[in-house]
Amino acid sequence: MNALETKSLTLAYGDQPVIENLDHCFPKGKISVLIGPNGSGKSTLLRSLARLLKPRKGSVILDGKAITTLSTKAVARKLAILPQSPECPGGLTVLQLVKQGRYPYQNWMRQWSEEDERAVKRALKITNLESFEERTVDSLSGGQRQRVWIAMVLAQETDTILLDEPTTYLDLSHQLDILDLLYELNRSEGRTIIMVLHDLNLSARYADNMVVVHDKTVYAHGKPESIITPELVKRVFGIECLVMKDPVYGKPLCIPCGKGRRAEDENLRAVDTQ
Amino acid sequence: MSRYLPFRLRRVSLLMDKKAVALLGILLVLVAGVAVLSLGTGDMAIPPVEVVKALFGAGEGMHELVIRSFRLPRILLAVLAGMALAVSGAVLQGIIRNPLASPDLMGITGGASFAVVSFYTAFSDRANALTVSVQWLPLAAFLGAFLVGAVVYALAWKGGVTPLRLVLIGIGLTHAMQALTTIMIIFGPIYLATQVHIWTTGSVNGSNWNHVTTLLPWVLLLVAFVWIGARKLNVQELGEDIARGVGSRVQRERLLLLACSTALAGGAVAFAGGIGFVGLMAPHIGRRLVGPSYGALIPVSALIGGLLVMGADWIGRTAFSPLEVPAGVFTSAIGAPYFIYLLIRSRN
Amino acid sequence: MSAWIKTTRQKIAGLVLGGALVILFACCSVVYGYTEVGWKTALQSLTDFNGSKEHIIVLENRIPRALIGAAVGVSLAVAGALLQGLTRNPLASPDIFGINAGAGFFIVLSATFFSVSSIHQFAWLAFFGAILSTLIVYLLGAAGQGGLTPVKLTLAGASLWLLFASLTQGMLALNEKALEEVLFWLAGSVEGRKLEVLLAVLPYLAAGWLGALLLAGQMNVLLMGEDVAVSLGQRTVIVKILAGVVIALLAGGSVAVAGPVGFIGVVIPHIARGLVGMDQRWVIPYSALLGAILLLLADIGARYVIMPNEVPVGAMTALIGTPFFVYIARRGLSRL
Repeated sequence: MNALETKSLTLAYGDQPVIENLDHCFPKGKISVLIGPNGSGKSTLLRSLARLLKPRKGSVILDGKAITTLSTKAVARKLAILPQSPECPGGLTVLQLVKQGRYPYQNWMRQWSEEDERAVKRALKITNLESFEERTVDSLSGGQRQRVWIAMVLAQETDTILLDEPTTYLDLSHQLDILDLLYELNRSEGRTIIMVLHDLNLSARYADNMVVVHDKTVYAHGKPESIITPELVKRVFGIECLVMKDPVYGKPLCIPCGKGRRAEDENLRAVDTQ
Repeated sequence: MSRYLPFRLRRVSLLMDKKAVALLGILLVLVAGVAVLSLGTGDMAIPPVEVVKALFGAGEGMHELVIRSFRLPRILLAVLAGMALAVSGAVLQGIIRNPLASPDLMGITGGASFAVVSFYTAFSDRANALTVSVQWLPLAAFLGAFLVGAVVYALAWKGGVTPLRLVLIGIGLTHAMQALTTIMIIFGPIYLATQVHIWTTGSVNGSNWNHVTTLLPWVLLLVAFVWIGARKLNVQELGEDIARGVGSRVQRERLLLLACSTALAGGAVAFAGGIGFVGLMAPHIGRRLVGPSYGALIPVSALIGGLLVMGADWIGRTAFSPLEVPAGVFTSAIGAPYFIYLLIRSRN
Repeated sequence: MSAWIKTTRQKIAGLVLGGALVILFACCSVVYGYTEVGWKTALQSLTDFNGSKEHIIVLENRIPRALIGAAVGVSLAVAGALLQGLTRNPLASPDIFGINAGAGFFIVLSATFFSVSSIHQFAWLAFFGAILSTLIVYLLGAAGQGGLTPVKLTLAGASLWLLFASLTQGMLALNEKALEEVLFWLAGSVEGRKLEVLLAVLPYLAAGWLGALLLAGQMNVLLMGEDVAVSLGQRTVIVKILAGVVIALLAGGSVAVAGPVGFIGVVIPHIARGLVGMDQRWVIPYSALLGAILLLLADIGARYVIMPNEVPVGAMTALIGTPFFVYIARRGLSRL
């Protein structure tokens, strides 16, 4: 069962194609992580999945239909996207921002139905923001602010959630905070999560399905333990590394070669110091 | 106690901001108060109690005449123009996502000025009198405003319209309109130059009931329309990606809102001339009072705008008596220091 | 945008050509107009003045007009180039950012309320207005990390323009007499000015030209960004202040003589950069020559467009400049 599919998808800015002729399926109910070097097109791909970018050729299929044939509100009820570095006007309260996620269900008469209220309250509960309802978003810390945006996306109550680098600029504890939250959403409610992450190791830990974007297409995809190999990392990222199983989750842990002070312990593995 | 109060009645549901509702009440009282005071000011000073009596038909004959025939239409027009400009500015600031945007910079006022000057130039005979009824002037002004607004939109179109392009092209066309207007003034009938300059500065002098009855439904309908669609503005403020992501048809709604903004500004300018800075200041003050959510911002800005223009007109009539200074001078004079303060604050 | 003229030799040749064109168009400006003055007659008025109508027109009208046109064109274009370099904003210019309007405001203010009429006083008032506006723009845009984003800066500059323009309007609405006198000037005009007027502001303009040329090298460093410039050891604050003073001198002087002429400061630096690239040591002299050429041509055009009447030269620059402006605006603010 597929949440989203691409068929012969070609994406381009101007004359340069960024993604060329891609056929790919994103499985429903799983966490897929798009990974790849800078400029590989992963953000572009994500945006086209969310119909924010029109494909040059080919199409994106949502629930069996081409996404461009559905009305934008209909899409918004099935799919939510959190873009990179979102901005909101100063003075907006948490409640006012999260409330905006209910847009696809509202019209000029129905602006705060009981459904809306319930969904917003629930989203605030899940993200632990209940006591912050009336605080302004700009008075919150970076990590809290990101949670507000996620609450807004949650209030949209969609089966599929897309996130573009939701953890960039956050410190480690907040990164884990967000990723744990998304993981929990996926496991307890079966929501499909598709996100772009830049950290290879964190991606390997949380992803059910890694999608490596490289060379204008999906270079490899599958379970992290199957596809993250030194050869892949060398090919895609251009670095030599060692891949081992991390001792807690059993997922691939990538240790790049290079300079660095080695601690004094003869039991360390030999690594090519280039 | 929560700041917010849900309101549900059959199929209508909305979330009200208690603070905003209270503020609206205060502003309504203020508007009424200033209106009464302003109605009592002039060559014939009328005490407030008499003003109220005259409004309800229980006052002296002379009072009723002065108030009903001369002063009331003027005050009403000032309020309407202020409301229209304020809401126009609020909408623009939401679309362009920048609190420094205003209808004065979108070429709208400039287009109206040019149309007014062209009107005077085209329809004046050798004796420097108008060959066509001056009743057509507001229509000309409005058409000028709308045409330039449309041209700005068209020129800013490049697969879609971005706030940035709108602003930049608006600025360019404002300058162009200015130059064209000045040329027209030079070639128009000389004695009308002052008149046109007064118009460009912005004045509600000479308003009559015809003007009011023409502008009233226009402003009320448009403001109501924009207010009901406030959530569309709220979502535009979050940026194109998020707006699209929650299901807003961004380009279409942007166009509709722009058209409303232009129509409101055009209407105001058609009757009250190029009153400046109201579209910039009123939404800004509104934002500081009730925050950026448009459900509250629209009515609050509207009332603040009405107060500003009414107040400026009042000062203009009294401060330099017997000389009548156009209201636009004072909106610019208040606008100036306020604007500089805004700029310094918005750095970074 | 890579330069069209690439080698130094070609650039020097371009400058020489530009200079020749300026002289050519200046001469055309003397000769062409409602009263056709032949080339020979024009020359004779200088060498062998005989009091004829043509000779008088040439000496009292056309030659001052050509000189003023050239001087104003040079000044506004250079001011625009400096401002664009200073703020790294492709739409920055003394007219768009309200500097000309500020200068004009103080002139109209003094003429309306204080009956000022001497050109020297106007010049000083114009400088004051220009300095004030430049200071505000500086505070808002050139102040490094504390400065505004390109969009905000453009909006701020435009609002500053609006502010001064509407205050000026207000004053003119109150004072009919002043209105008649300043109307043509307010549109930007080089017509009907005596040579003394130009000579009065010439020292300031010349100081501005010299200052701009001397600052060009420093502007190159500044263009790399505030942080880079500081780490390279440049005293950025001083450079910016000096640049601001030069801009005020050039803008103020031009406005005092010819009123606020628009679009030259925006458009010319783009053409100059298209020809010679980003090196300000070439951009500034090329802007100067191109500015003079444009203004002279516009002024000639202004005489023919609705003959026998004349439009103010500011109208012509607006007509020519607006499509250019729209083109630049469509490209966006991200690159100069």
